[in-house]
Amino acid sequence: MTTPIIQTEHLSRRFGSLVAVRDISLSVDKGEVFGVLGPNGAGKSTTIRMLCGILDPSGGRGTVVGYDLATEAERIKERIGYMTQRFSLYEDLTVRENLWFYAGIYGVPWRQRKARVEEVLTRTGLQDRRDQLAGTLSGGWKQRVALASATIHEPPLLFLDEPTAGVDPVSRRDFWEEIHRIAASGTTVLLTTHYMDEAERCHRLAFIFKGELLDTGTPAQIVERRGLRVAELTVDDAEAAARSLGGHPEIDEISHYGHVLRLTTRGGADPAELATTLLGPRAIQTCHEARATVEDAFVSMARRS
Amino acid sequence: MRVLVIAWKELRQLRRDRLTVGMMVMLPLMQLLLFGYAINTDVRHIPTVVYDQDQSAASRDLARGLEVTTFYDLVGQVESYDEIERALRSGKAKVALVVPRRYGAELAAGRRAQVQLVVDGSDPQTVGSAINTAAALAAARTSELLVTRGPTVATGPRIEVEPATWYNPELRTAVFIVPGLIGVILTMTMVMLTAMAIVRERERGTLEQLVVSPVKNLELMVGKIAPYVLIGYVQISLILVAGRVVFEVPFVGSPGLLYALSFLFIAANLALGLFFSTIAKTQQQAMQMSFFFLLPNMLLSGFMFPIEAMPEPAQWLSNGLPLTHFLRVVRGITLKGADFSDLVPELYWLVGLLGVLVLAASLRFRKKVA
Repeated sequence: MTTPIIQTEHLSRRFGSLVAVRDISLSVDKGEVFGVLGPNGAGKSTTIRMLCGILDPSGGRGTVVGYDLATEAERIKERIGYMTQRFSLYEDLTVRENLWFYAGIYGVPWRQRKARVEEVLTRTGLQDRRDQLAGTLSGGWKQRVALASATIHEPPLLFLDEPTAGVDPVSRRDFWEEIHRIAASGTTVLLTTHYMDEAERCHRLAFIFKGELLDTGTPAQIVERRGLRVAELTVDDAEAAARSLGGHPEIDEISHYGHVLRLTTRGGADPAELATTLLGPRAIQTCHEARATVEDAFVSMARRS
Repeated sequence: MRVLVIAWKELRQLRRDRLTVGMMVMLPLMQLLLFGYAINTDVRHIPTVVYDQDQSAASRDLARGLEVTTFYDLVGQVESYDEIERALRSGKAKVALVVPRRYGAELAAGRRAQVQLVVDGSDPQTVGSAINTAAALAAARTSELLVTRGPTVATGPRIEVEPATWYNPELRTAVFIVPGLIGVILTMTMVMLTAMAIVRERERGTLEQLVVSPVKNLELMVGKIAPYVLIGYVQISLILVAGRVVFEVPFVGSPGLLYALSFLFIAANLALGLFFSTIAKTQQQAMQMSFFFLLPNMLLSGFMFPIEAMPEPAQWLSNGLPLTHFLRVVRGITLKGADFSDLVPELYWLVGLLGVLVLAASLRFRKKVA
């Protein structure tokens, strides 16, 4: 077992009287795709900013790529890649100029710079658009260039802050393929997201809520630990059914998916049985048990915390 | 090395921003023509009426004498003081010449004759010129000028002054204004460009991207503003050449000295722009701040109005503006051929102000970015 690439102990950050992040202890292994989940304002970005060495922690400690967060922040910056929430390209520079600029900023030696930029252009399929202004690219392409810029210096650790916000599903899928390709080549990826389907694509997850770490583990572990069971029902009157089910202590959550009602229970109760008891067998047209997802676990945790 | 990469990027962006580049070139030229032609503090062609009570050859000669100076335009004859008042009040005339009866006879007899100049005191600049010119004219005709300003009548003391004007013998405004314009243009564009360049990166989110990179604050600051130093020098040269070609503004001193000392002034403005960029949240705010800063500069620096005439607190303020000192430098060098030793006091001021601004900007910049 090698040493983790990120390790923190009781990392905290206060802004005045507001505690943005409290006591976060986590460890991320090399080559992992690690997802940080949480609602807006939960402290995800603050955590990332501390891990990047641009925000000093007000408590706790940690190491990133082997350097201490508090004392060696500058060394960390050289060895990580970071893509901000909005893919911050220079829209009035061409694709190639953007890559060239970031290669220079991240200290890719001058002699290798040209070769590196060419290689990245070819690998990411950007050769045809090399001289196009970044501002004229579509969202998916912009994101590809941004990712290429953030990894131009081949960092061992890559941070992505909500990388897929506002990107269409097809581009998102391509993007995730690229992320796994990067991870397979040995780069650790830490990203934040609030798309739950993306969460399931991560090797491991951390749930942050109101500045605190609620749980960490593989998606399967997190779902299992929450102990949820799910049934999907179709009923005559979904609204009325939701009302009569609501408030029952064993029911964790009821949500509408079109004509389907999704019923989640906690503590082992069988949701199908519960529905039959509460609504009467005649009110239910179909009913079958479904797999609990990361989203179920996340909503459950967020609601009960 | 990173400084060069950032400067390269800045130049690339600038090259694509045709509008800004156009403005950088057109602004100095437009201002030059505007200030050079339109703003003219040499008062000429003052509308004048004549109340000739004497109606002699000598009195007519005097009136004609006024007109040939080109300072006065004779717009009519009047027959009474009431008419003079009406002419002044309506703005038809700003000056009235009153030639008393027996003016010609007194002169012919070899005695001192008196004429009266009634002037509209509500426009002090016109009045000043009017009195000076008339006095000179009267002296040439050995007649005594009696100036009436408003209700008080005063006989001016008869002091003979022989003025000698050095450096700008024809007292042309353009000669005075054009070198000053260098300072004003630089103040305007340097502050605005830097402030906007940095706020733009913050607005677009690219600044955050740079902050997480290994770029140091100093590298970022220097790299971003270095290209604008270049633009500053282009503007200086542009104004100097155009001023020479269009307005025949002389350049007596050492261009090398001017370019060297200009660096301090450009740097001070860039530092100020940097400082503004830490306060402004949008490019629009950055632009507004630059304009608000420009106004006191135009008024207090001595660009248009003499500092000596300002009340003392305004003079202190004026000393706090880099432009005030740069104007003395640029006018000193171009018009008077001042050398380094002449400009040492201004140099101290510029260095001091630059130091304060750089300190303030870098303190704020560090705090803001972290």
